[in-house]
Amino acid sequence: MEKQVVDGLREVFQSGRSKPLQYRKQQLRALHRLITERQADIEQALKQDLNRNTYNTSLFELISIENDIKSAERDMADWAAPRSVKKNLNSALDDVYIKPEPLGVVLIIGTWNYPWAMILQPLVGAIAAGNAAVLKPSELSEHSARLVKELLPLYLDKDMYQVVTGGVPETQELLKQRFDHIFYTGSSTVGKLVMEAAARHLTPVTLELGGKSPCYVDKNCDIAVACRRITWGKFANCGQTCIAPDYILCEPSIQDRIVEEIQKTLLEFYQKDPKSSPDYCRIINTRHFDRVLALMNECTIALGGESDCSQCYIAPTVLKDVLPHFKIMQEEIFGPLLPIVTVNGLSEAINFINAREKPLALYVFSSDKTVIKRMLTETSSGGVTVNDVLMHYTIDTLPFGGVGNSGMGRYHGRHTFDQLSHHRACLIKSFAMESLNDARYPPLTAARLSKAKFFTQHRLCSCSGICVWAVIATLLAIGLLVALIVVLI
Amino acid sequence: MEGQKQVLERLRGAFRSGVTLPVHFRLTQLEAMMSLFEDNETRIVEAMHEDLAKPKFEAVLSEIEMVVNDLCYTISNLQTWMQPTYVGTNLATKLDDCFVRREPLGVVLIIGAWNYPLQLILLPLIGAIAAGNCAILKPSEISRATEKLLAELIPKYLSQECYAVICGGAEETKTLLENRFDHIFYTGSQSVARCILQAAAVHLTPVTLELGGKCPCLIYGRLDMKAAAKRLVWAKFFNAGQSCVAPDYVLCTAETRDMLLPFMKEALESFYGSEPQQSQDLGRIVTDRHWDRLVELLKKSEGKIVIGGESDKKTKYIAPTVVVDVKESDALMQEEIFGPILPILTIKSLDEGIIFINEREKPLALYAFSDESQVVTTVLERTSSGGFCSNDGIVHMSLVGLPFGGVGASGMGNYHSRWGFETFSHKRGCMLRSWLLERVNVLRYPPYNESNLSWLRWATTAKKKGWAGCSVM
Repeated sequence: MEKQVVDGLREVFQSGRSKPLQYRKQQLRALHRLITERQADIEQALKQDLNRNTYNTSLFELISIENDIKSAERDMADWAAPRSVKKNLNSALDDVYIKPEPLGVVLIIGTWNYPWAMILQPLVGAIAAGNAAVLKPSELSEHSARLVKELLPLYLDKDMYQVVTGGVPETQELLKQRFDHIFYTGSSTVGKLVMEAAARHLTPVTLELGGKSPCYVDKNCDIAVACRRITWGKFANCGQTCIAPDYILCEPSIQDRIVEEIQKTLLEFYQKDPKSSPDYCRIINTRHFDRVLALMNECTIALGGESDCSQCYIAPTVLKDVLPHFKIMQEEIFGPLLPIVTVNGLSEAINFINAREKPLALYVFSSDKTVIKRMLTETSSGGVTVNDVLMHYTIDTLPFGGVGNSGMGRYHGRHTFDQLSHHRACLIKSFAMESLNDARYPPLTAARLSKAKFFTQHRLCSCSGICVWAVIATLLAIGLLVALIVVLI
Repeated sequence: MEGQKQVLERLRGAFRSGVTLPVHFRLTQLEAMMSLFEDNETRIVEAMHEDLAKPKFEAVLSEIEMVVNDLCYTISNLQTWMQPTYVGTNLATKLDDCFVRREPLGVVLIIGAWNYPLQLILLPLIGAIAAGNCAILKPSEISRATEKLLAELIPKYLSQECYAVICGGAEETKTLLENRFDHIFYTGSQSVARCILQAAAVHLTPVTLELGGKCPCLIYGRLDMKAAAKRLVWAKFFNAGQSCVAPDYVLCTAETRDMLLPFMKEALESFYGSEPQQSQDLGRIVTDRHWDRLVELLKKSEGKIVIGGESDKKTKYIAPTVVVDVKESDALMQEEIFGPILPILTIKSLDEGIIFINEREKPLALYAFSDESQVVTTVLERTSSGGFCSNDGIVHMSLVGLPFGGVGASGMGNYHSRWGFETFSHKRGCMLRSWLLERVNVLRYPPYNESNLSWLRWATTAKKKGWAGCSVM
């Protein structure tokens, strides 16, 4: 079945249907109608999947999809236009440019924590770039998966974009097929399997993975504001965000203040009992609930810690004096537990971060520019937000993606378009100036070689020899002198 | 002698020390590479002559000049490339700084190939150095003399802390690939590329694969026969056809073929004389095994040899050969030729030629010869390939402004000059938020309400071209 789906899409792609920009814009407008007209259904599905509320859904999923659609529609002509590049003397009369082209059929594998954004944002770029696409939503967010499968063919061209639902066996079957690009969001473990499967067909991949995103809070900063921002980013979606601040690094002297400020903020956000707050989500399923709960073992609970397995509810929890060897520091938490690990200053924090895999996001809170500069220049991560959390994700002019264990490739806005296009190098020559070409033809002579080198070089200064700028300047000076003489005469 | 693991650990230690980060260090290394060429041109030419009987002209133009050009361009522009690029923000983030930093990846592995044994390993190295990485070079063991020369000269001119050459064959490469790198850059065949990708998957290592395939050359419509023939013949028989972007086969009508052949004969004679085996300007096949493969292909072919066909095992010589009446099922059409044999297949229409091309894997390069711009545009629009050149062959590779790379079965990723710098960099999206406007941040915090959501929507939508859309302030 999966093979038929892919073969069918490839045939339609090869017919050239998705080449005209008008077609692509039509599909994007249809996608926009899908998320606006069916917003209530989407919100309902997310409520059932994650106990997400209406505002959360718009805030964290729909607005970003809408913005990507709007940028794509508005800027597509620019993105898809040939991009001129530098020429040498030999190609002075030629057309030299890079032409973005669609790849073909792309596979987009979504994930359950933001089931709509993680599948539709890549789809926006795939459509804008002129590709056909297979969407494989995560089976863990089953209501959203079912709804995507139902709605997509009602709005988009079902011959070009299809949804395949199912679990591991269906995904494995899909991965046996040949795609022109695979875009996967999920865990590093499965990311390796996806890349291995892609290797069989030499298929390029974009992997948006995860990791432990560190959050360094310097003692020189507005701790109250820092904690409000961290609390927001950590506990939104019940901590199930790939770029949530995973753990805090700070000096021992400010640990208690941080706990105090987070406590104040939690009260403001979710009131006394977060369990009854309409704005607080749940863990996706019992397996993850058990996994996250077990991470609390060994730890000292500073705030929260309550849970209710019947609802997959875990309270917003802060753990203090966490040690590096604790289990909670060995894997990405992906839940509402915020460990604080104390370090003696910035250098120790940097060494701590660098001793671990490169994270998807890195956060630093400080009013001291040298602290920020050191953190930026001495560490590596997918992206960075300074003095806030999550926000670099939200600007679509910034490329979003991981590095090392946290992933490869990038997307959002134009970056998705570029990621899902082939940038074809084009040189359009005429038959004119054939005499110039004589320099490159055998038989070899020293004169021919000199001439060929001159016309193909890109440097104005031969790095060991004559400076052509000096020659040009001299010629200009002579020209001006001659002009002056003529005027005077 | 240091084992592979020790070399890797040494380079990783050097990278962690931060020595490759300052622009001054990178420029010094690139300038040292320049000196390597200035001091050793004769030895380089001799080594490549030993490996491939590469004529001096070809060695200078397609290897030394390519690398020196790229070096000069990179040295002149590196400081600019290293600057953070600031991006558009929206109303809500106007007080914030949003920019992209280009950062080194770490320790990269560059595996070269034997056909252009210098440029295929040193052009990627330029990008790796420029981007601030350490690098292990694994030159092809098939081009032995160049391999030996690289192993001697690289440590002599470049920092031994940061760059190393590891020599060896398939076994050594397999062991090398068990290690973890931050990027693997491979030039070679599709079958080996699959193994490399699988090895890379174990460590989630990104890869660039510069592969090959059959590069079609579609000749159609009105054209300057003489110029077309010269350019085609030059591109095909350069390096004795052993170029990943050589025109592999020609598609044209029977009439065009009949008009072109005499000009091709004339061009070949003007290039290599009446006895090409005596010419100093024609390369040889790299090994006996490769020679055997090509001669076997020619034997199995059911086409008619109209030019050349002679060969001599002792000198690994194969004459520039043109074969006509070649069908789709011919032995010459089942694999990348990678030698001085040019099959010509006839088509009845442009459509037929395009369909033929599209039924096959996307090639690394695609050529269209025609004086009719509509023909060129049609071929360009209706096909896909790594790169495209009209009315000439190979030369698009020499332009520093163009990225060089494949698509589909011909590869992934690209390089050359700035593209190499970008390939070996991580583009890190950075946002420096202001401490101010915390009162505005309130819009995004729980408890959520409709009014806040409306304001947020308004403030974060990109309204003008170049402004960022921002989903949550």
